[in-house]
Amino acid sequence: MDLVSSDKLDRLTSVEKIRMILDGVENGKIIVLERGLTPQEETKLIEATMTKITPGEFAGIEIESYPGAVHQSWFDKLLKKPIDRARLTVIGPADQLKMLKRDRDVISAMVSSR
Amino acid sequence: MGIIKKIRKNLSSTFNKIFKRGKIRRIGIYGPPNAGKTTLANRIVRDFTGDVVGSVSDIPHETRRAHRREDVTIESNGAAITLDIVDTPGLATKIDFQDFMAKGLSEDESRRRAKEATEGVIEAVRWLDDLEGVILVMDATEDPFTQVNVTVIGNMEARKLPLLIAANKIDLDNSTPSRIRSAFPQHPMVPISALTGNNIDVLYEKIAEHFG
Repeated sequence: MDLVSSDKLDRLTSVEKIRMILDGVENGKIIVLERGLTPQEETKLIEATMTKITPGEFAGIEIESYPGAVHQSWFDKLLKKPIDRARLTVIGPADQLKMLKRDRDVISAMVSSR
Repeated sequence: MGIIKKIRKNLSSTFNKIFKRGKIRRIGIYGPPNAGKTTLANRIVRDFTGDVVGSVSDIPHETRRAHRREDVTIESNGAAITLDIVDTPGLATKIDFQDFMAKGLSEDESRRRAKEATEGVIEAVRWLDDLEGVILVMDATEDPFTQVNVTVIGNMEARKLPLLIAANKIDLDNSTPSRIRSAFPQHPMVPISALTGNNIDVLYEKIAEHFG
């Protein structure tokens, strides 16, 4: 399991983050990001994952993060400041990581070996 | 960017939106596989044009190509809005061909479907760049906190585009649309059954109001 600090994530570009995640997951690692991906990075990760799926070999990823904040101050709304939704994220191979339950602040998951 | 400049830019964008009211908007129907996206797309298009968009099935990833239906005029409560409706393949982070075999498909057919499904997901993701709003279809019998739902909502918020949640399958006894409302209270949500048409008029009203 790799636990990646937010400091390291801040130093990586989107492409580097996605490469790091997919390389790790393809090698059977569970990746925990201290600070989650942006929505655009999440869609890029989904897209990149689809290109890697091979029937019988790699079925994709399981990814879960806490939902972002839902409330903003009136001033942030006036400025249309994006909601900060970068929160802890867990990513792993679909055949090894299974999410059991998730709510706004707790993720329960089961990890199995290959 | 200075605060005054930012406020001026936002006011200008609101002004532009008001004067673009007559423009046809391109709206995508998104959601996880088997949430009822194509059933909803078919119902909307059938109700207002008499046509259908695509076939539906209990096997996930039945829709593996995006289908666009142009110039669908939705009328509700005296208001009318003309939309291009894009029915997209189900978004997913994993596709296992064995799941299709468990539904009774042959191994060859399952592998082919898995391959086409991955291409469909990529197509759905790419369509996000060309839309002006999204109807996110969630299965009201399932946990709403899925990564697909969170990702679609996050993308629409980041792009500052309107999003309407359709809490589908309320015809089923174990549906709990209230869970969806409490999970994503920042967005309008309409409980519906795309299959039976239950509450669909309220959805049309919201579409006209929200995307107009």
